[in-house]
Amino acid sequence: MSTTIVSLPDQSTARVPKTNFLTKENGLLSWLLTGDHKRIATLYLISITFFFFIGGALAGLIRLELLTPQSDLMATDTYNKVFTMHGVVMIFLFLVPSVPATLGNFLIPIMIGAKDLALPKINLLSWYLYVVGGILVLYTMITGGVDTGWTFTVPLSTHYLNTNVLSTGLAVFVAGFSSIFTGLNFIVTIHKMRAPGMTWFRLPLFVWAHYAASILMVLGTPVLAIAIVLVALERTTGIGVFDPAKGGDPILFQHLFWFYSHPAVYIMILPGMGVISEVVSTFARKRVFGYTAVAFSSVAIAVFGFFVWEHHMFIMGVSNYSTLVFSLLTMLVAVPSAIKIFNWTFTLYKGSITFETPMLYAFGFMGLFTIGGLTGVFLGTTGTDIHLTETYFIVAHFHFVMVGGMLMAFLAGIHFWWPKWTGRMYPEKISQLAALVTFIGFNFTFFPQFIVGTLGMPRRYAAYPAEFQILNVFSTAGATILGVGYLLPLLYLAWSLKYGEVAGNNPWQATGLEWQIQSPPLTENFVEIPVVDRDAYDYEWLERQKEKEVTTSVG
Amino acid sequence: MSAKQEQHLSKHDQLLHDFHDNLDHVVPPRIYIIVGSVLLIFTGITVAASYADMGVFNPVVALFIAVVKATIVVLFFMHVKYSSKLTKLTVAGGIFTFLVLVGMTLADYVTRAWGRW
Amino acid sequence: MSDSTAIVNGAPADAHEHPHPPYQRHHFESMGQQVDATSFAMWLFLLTEVMFFGGLFTAYLIYRNWYYPAFVVGSHQLDIFWGTANTAVLITSSFTMAMGVWSAEMRRKGLLVFFLVMTFLLGLAFLGIKTIEYGEKIEKHHVPGFHYSVQSFVDSRSDKEVFEKYHDKSLPLDMARHTEVYFSLYFAMTGMHALHMIIGIAILAFMIVRARAGAYTTGHITFVENFGLYWHFVDIIWIFLFPLLYLISRHGY
Repeated sequence: MSTTIVSLPDQSTARVPKTNFLTKENGLLSWLLTGDHKRIATLYLISITFFFFIGGALAGLIRLELLTPQSDLMATDTYNKVFTMHGVVMIFLFLVPSVPATLGNFLIPIMIGAKDLALPKINLLSWYLYVVGGILVLYTMITGGVDTGWTFTVPLSTHYLNTNVLSTGLAVFVAGFSSIFTGLNFIVTIHKMRAPGMTWFRLPLFVWAHYAASILMVLGTPVLAIAIVLVALERTTGIGVFDPAKGGDPILFQHLFWFYSHPAVYIMILPGMGVISEVVSTFARKRVFGYTAVAFSSVAIAVFGFFVWEHHMFIMGVSNYSTLVFSLLTMLVAVPSAIKIFNWTFTLYKGSITFETPMLYAFGFMGLFTIGGLTGVFLGTTGTDIHLTETYFIVAHFHFVMVGGMLMAFLAGIHFWWPKWTGRMYPEKISQLAALVTFIGFNFTFFPQFIVGTLGMPRRYAAYPAEFQILNVFSTAGATILGVGYLLPLLYLAWSLKYGEVAGNNPWQATGLEWQIQSPPLTENFVEIPVVDRDAYDYEWLERQKEKEVTTSVG
Repeated sequence: MSAKQEQHLSKHDQLLHDFHDNLDHVVPPRIYIIVGSVLLIFTGITVAASYADMGVFNPVVALFIAVVKATIVVLFFMHVKYSSKLTKLTVAGGIFTFLVLVGMTLADYVTRAWGRW
Repeated sequence: MSDSTAIVNGAPADAHEHPHPPYQRHHFESMGQQVDATSFAMWLFLLTEVMFFGGLFTAYLIYRNWYYPAFVVGSHQLDIFWGTANTAVLITSSFTMAMGVWSAEMRRKGLLVFFLVMTFLLGLAFLGIKTIEYGEKIEKHHVPGFHYSVQSFVDSRSDKEVFEKYHDKSLPLDMARHTEVYFSLYFAMTGMHALHMIIGIAILAFMIVRARAGAYTTGHITFVENFGLYWHFVDIIWIFLFPLLYLISRHGY
């Protein structure tokens, strides 16, 4: 029994196909004015990686400051700016677009058997809006930063600060529209562009996950937009809609802000869960257990995700009766996520499991996301939330789900589809090492934060009581290891572009339409639009195909 | 193109033909004239109603009339009455989400006055 | 296939294996699919607009609940004549827009241009009336944040023309101050609405030029139809803004 499922063509004769979407046209304009979803995904991948490392550098600064209990590395105002920019960059410029704009853009048309997304020009517009948002954030950083926290709480952001609230607000507004248009494109594409025979319940779960996330993008993001507009108006003209002195209510801002920002966390995680479905199935050689349940859970998470936003506001002065209702609903929203974890676990049972890098990241996801999700229950319970909110417990909670969960899923996806995207394999041994380093570094960084938060260390403070120092030192040490774990893929993936082994069409022997076409794909994806007559994750079909050995690439 | 593909594609085209929203069904101007007139009449009614003292029912009547006007704009001017189920579901979904935003936010404000346990 | 994917080039004229109309994009399998997809996309965009305005309506409902007397006297400062006129203008423009779409469906170019021009002019009329109304507010210092004055509210007799119509009681100072919240929402909501009108009017100007060149009367009416959806939506927003802002209660105390 082999320990790997990788099946590469004979390296002495194999070549990356000469005609593919990367080589089709040359010149800067052919990239900057492209309508090809795969090229746009590539543009996104480059820009997102850039902003990820900026956000990461800011995280490094935070952890450096927190090595000592005093605020000695930087002034407290500067520290406020650093954690604010870290949050803004990581959430709006990395996590929200990460999987959808790169992997989603690249794969969704291919997975449903289409030549492109429904609206290629809007897709390109999305990328440009993202870039404008990113430039505005850079502008903010260069001109002194903003220190409100990524949550822009009023009246701090409207009346009490002199920093770049407006430019950051504009950046988030523009990036928000990038997200809206991506989601809109996906919904139209998935409804209207499926190949003949590709019914809803034959779609890969990756597509279902993106469909659910797209609903959230389209319906939730505009509310953030209006909240930002109102903050901007309040700041510039003093209209009084959030100002208590004029009869306004600051809590109203938080209602509007969190109405988006809670679904936003599901926008961030659902596409990652889609990746995990694909990876777990491939590396267990088994169809995902309970396909229908996982598909419906994705949509359920999206729908319920709209009903729980007030759990971010339990201590802010909302009515006790509403906290009861929202707390109950929060318990409900955990159920579909749990269903997915159970189903992936049952997929593993009696599967033929191998441990290539994407699977390592997927295992990391399953464990760390579960821990992060369970700690959310403490926060959703009003009684315990009163003690844990605004402490490092919250910081640990969301980093477990977002970094231990989402970022691991992103890396799993990048590694899994890297051969399809570039035509070359990444180096397996070093990537497995990097995955391990990331996992270890992550736990060292964020697990102590649960403890230190429960003990009472508040978040967003540059200085803290001396008794928390040792755990903070652990956390910073872990962060250093984590940084190495993230730098390694950047290096070896770049290396693999030239020196990686030629991958061939289907190095993972996976099912799915994307593995039946050449790597990298042709610009139009398919030579002929496929007619689909089988379910997703049909490994029996794959066995029969191998016996026929038909190649479908164009040389 | 293979025979199988041809077969599937014609069926596909057939399905698409069924989805045609408006190219097959043209709303006659007569309907627009009626709807436009109704809208103007209702506008007059709602203005008149605001001058009448109906106590707590003033906002109820005003909103009701506004909802009726919006509904006929959506159904007839925007062709939703003649559109696919998907379009109707999309409109319903948007209205639902809007109501969640307004309703659940108001739930907080309305219950604040109920005081502590 | 040899066609370029750079969108700066138009659809090339070389022969295809599958003939299709020149305005069908290459990633679509049929015109029906393209029409369906773009129409659905426009509806989804309108959903985002619903949620965008939704935040403002939420704010409005909360503050109207809290500061009802201030909202009543604030609304009396709006001229019912202009408000009703604007509503009629917008409803008529929705009618002319729907007729424009019908003209495109019937491939009647002259009629289409006529209705588009009418819609355009009515849109301008709406903005003109709004300018008059905003002018009145500026004169009376009822613009929040710009020398806002509560004089008309703490001493209702000082504002003769409004007092004669509604005989409002004078408000205590703190409630009078809350009229600033009413006007904040008035300007935010009608301003956002007017911005959408301006964008619509600009697109209408573009469409009139294209319509005269015959772009929409050859069977490919999607652009006009989808714009019509947008225009009707902007009308619907006003259908709600009008009673909420102008008609809070016009029966005096």
